[in-house]
Amino acid sequence: MYEQFKARAEGVSAEVHRFDTRAATLEFIITFLKGEGLHDVPQSHALWADCPFLGGSVRQSLSEVAGLKFDVSQKLAAQAKFGISQMQWALADTGTLVQDSSAIDQRLVSSLPAIHIALVPTSGILADMPTLLTRIHPGASAYIAMITGPSRTADIERVLTIGVHGPERLIIVFCDELGGGN
Amino acid sequence: MSNEFKESIHRAVNNANLTGALGKFSEAYKVNRAKAYEGIDFEELRGRIAELKSYAASHLDQLSEQFARNAEARGAKVFRTSDPARVREYILKVARDNGVRSIVKSKSMATEEIHLNPYLEKAGISVGETDLGEWIIQLAGQTPSHMVMPAIHMTKEEVSDLFSKEIDERLTSDIPRLVKVARERLRPMFLQADMGISGGNIAVAETGSIVLMTNEGNARLVTSLPKIHVALVGIEKLVASYADIAPILKALPRSATAQLLTSYVSIITGPTPNPDGSLKDLHIILMDNRRSEMAADPKFKQALQCIRCASCLNVCPIFRLVGGHVFGKVYTGGIGTILTAWFDELKKSEDIQGLCIQCGACKYVCPGKIDIPELIMEIRRRLVKDQGLPLMQKAIYSVVNNRHLFHGMLRAASLAGKPFTSGRFVRHLPLFLADLTDGRSLPAIAGEPFRDRFKNIKQPKFKEKAAFYAGCLIDFAYPEMGESLVKVLNKAGIEVVFPQDQTCCGAPARYSGAYEVAAGNAIDNIKALLDEDVQYVVSACPTCTVALDHEFISTFESLGQSEWIPKARELAAKTVDFSTLVKSLVDQRRLSLKDGQKLGKITYHDSCHLKRTLKVSEQPRELLNRAGYELTEMFECDMCCGMGGSYSIKLPEISGPILKRKLHNIRETGAPLVAMDCPGCVMQIRGGLDQDGSAIRVQHTVELLAERLED
Ligand code: SF4
Ligand code: SF4
Repeated sequence: MYEQFKARAEGVSAEVHRFDTRAATLEFIITFLKGEGLHDVPQSHALWADCPFLGGSVRQSLSEVAGLKFDVSQKLAAQAKFGISQMQWALADTGTLVQDSSAIDQRLVSSLPAIHIALVPTSGILADMPTLLTRIHPGASAYIAMITGPSRTADIERVLTIGVHGPERLIIVFCDELGGGN
Repeated sequence: MSNEFKESIHRAVNNANLTGALGKFSEAYKVNRAKAYEGIDFEELRGRIAELKSYAASHLDQLSEQFARNAEARGAKVFRTSDPARVREYILKVARDNGVRSIVKSKSMATEEIHLNPYLEKAGISVGETDLGEWIIQLAGQTPSHMVMPAIHMTKEEVSDLFSKEIDERLTSDIPRLVKVARERLRPMFLQADMGISGGNIAVAETGSIVLMTNEGNARLVTSLPKIHVALVGIEKLVASYADIAPILKALPRSATAQLLTSYVSIITGPTPNPDGSLKDLHIILMDNRRSEMAADPKFKQALQCIRCASCLNVCPIFRLVGGHVFGKVYTGGIGTILTAWFDELKKSEDIQGLCIQCGACKYVCPGKIDIPELIMEIRRRLVKDQGLPLMQKAIYSVVNNRHLFHGMLRAASLAGKPFTSGRFVRHLPLFLADLTDGRSLPAIAGEPFRDRFKNIKQPKFKEKAAFYAGCLIDFAYPEMGESLVKVLNKAGIEVVFPQDQTCCGAPARYSGAYEVAAGNAIDNIKALLDEDVQYVVSACPTCTVALDHEFISTFESLGQSEWIPKARELAAKTVDFSTLVKSLVDQRRLSLKDGQKLGKITYHDSCHLKRTLKVSEQPRELLNRAGYELTEMFECDMCCGMGGSYSIKLPEISGPILKRKLHNIRETGAPLVAMDCPGCVMQIRGGLDQDGSAIRVQHTVELLAERLED
């Protein structure tokens, strides 16, 4: 299902990566951020919303990466270049990511910055929407968010253009070791 | 038709930007949509959607109640009203109570329906549309021309002019740059707004959730950043259960923009925290505005199955020519005509209902399985019932309803030699209502109609018999098609009878909303055709076949004349179109076409009624193939030719360009011969090619097959 997901997500201009360990995933993210100009100034910093991936001592270990912040606020999110969050599921047949976004932080980091990095446990890949609807229910989740590729529009002469109000890049990073999700 | 309306059509068809853009879009749409639905059983999918939406439409009250209860239990405030004025007042009150000065909106047709923006702006509140298309038309002071792509009628140059003015900087028409400008300009508005207003694509009664779908990501910001969120939802968006959203999420993006899913889907159930930690003030307004009345109307209830994908606009040959603004200010296209008649008023649809040529293209793709052309006909019928027919039409139909007078006049017309320029009535007879229109020659009325020629045809006697229903065009303009049909059926051992009491099938009257006249025609024909002891009633005109096969019944149903329905059904059961009958005769080896012929290239035009109502498209192709023709498909082979009975005379400005496109597609195939199964299409297309001085031959399939029978 991973290959199907990857093909579908890339079909809508998302970038898809996969790593087996947490360490390799983390290394990719940090290298990516630095390569794309992470700095501790507005419009260049990254904001990482709380998530299982940051558990244990991971968050601690990142404290000296300059420009990487964890205290999410609207102001910081509006100034961030990168937003990082963990999504729970991925739908193979449409290339969609899904998250219980009831916590506002999750939405701020995935909607205001120009680049959204979405971490996903590889085991969270599901076949399709009907399967998903048996896993996540509004009874427990007040804001269910689905994301399929970066923000787009075709409102001017029907020319597809990426990055209107939401992120202009969506970087999806699967981590096999992350498990969970289901 | 009002002058103002005619002028708006004139402006639209002469706006090259508009027709060019829409034309290109509709061509691309068709291809992309097919791709998006690859591997999906569309009929099964839309069957499920129709079923769940129809269930909801039958239980609007119960589901609204349940929705309100569940949403309130989760902390939302739900306001239910049928009155648009009370919706506006409610929103203004919430705004005033909370000192709201600025509002950001994501796209909502329901707010357009109640003209919310001007109302709030008048009260001193600034309202910003954030969907790019909506923002563009807001800046331009216009209304949306398309439900999904509101600014589809504008060029990038026009947009760059608007944006340049807005940011006081000269911009080029570079689209990515223009989109960036929108992002930068609207971002502070999002961050500062006191209230967000959204619509809702789906409302789930079981959970009290609203589902929002966008591509730009604006709905996520509108529903997340401001402390107050107001969602305005028409009650037709209700579905019973959470699982019901899956088929809609599957069909809506595919049908709307040929995407597998929109970039963002949000399912919101009760308030969530705001960025400052407070809890959202969430208001959900369930608006009726005549939807319950619609649900109680046995004909129009199905219109509530609409999921607002706008694919009916995208495939409509009329929409792609005139665009949305000719239809009005809110809902446009075929479904827009229906919604305007209800949400606004029946009278408002008087002019726009006439735009529909009844080609059925929309019905074919509608994921809500709505019979849009049928509902537009029903609007026509009700308008005629309310206001009566124009005097001239009344006079015409009194003639059509009198078979002897009608046929007598047609005969007189043929004697008059130049039929279409003489005689006041003759010129205005329904099918030939003809002022010679631009771009098309009309056929002369035959010297001897088929009904007379038939008497001289010598047929062998067979036990198996078919009654031939000729229809006015074959009877009076193309009798040779009838003769060909007799020849073909005789060859298969079927004797043809021609009930002399048959008359006009009533389609012209029906398509003008004169159902009483159509019912009179139906009764005459039922009597004439059921009087014969025959196995089949065969017709070589799809419009007539559809009348015999479906419309007699539905006309009686509409008028409540149920005593005729059993007879109409009996006739329908015997009715068959020419190609379907002949194909089955060939399959049964009762009829053979000459073998091993190499007749060269041919292209085939699908007539609207044959392809989409009778679902016949392969039969004539296979027959022509078997006869030895080499079929080369034209582009958009099943797109309407623009004839539509009297449509081509009422709206020549629209019919003309549609025909032109068809002729172009025929020419592009390089085939010297084009076949079709409808005498109306023959009249339109032959007339068009003739005017162009083209050498391409136009024939009815029946004629081509009659030439190829084995001796
Ligand atoms: S009527 Fe059908 S095709 Fe048209 S918008 Fe509604 S659902 Fe879509
Ligand atoms: S039937 Fe044809 S002309 Fe009428 S609304 Fe549908 S697509 Fe348009």
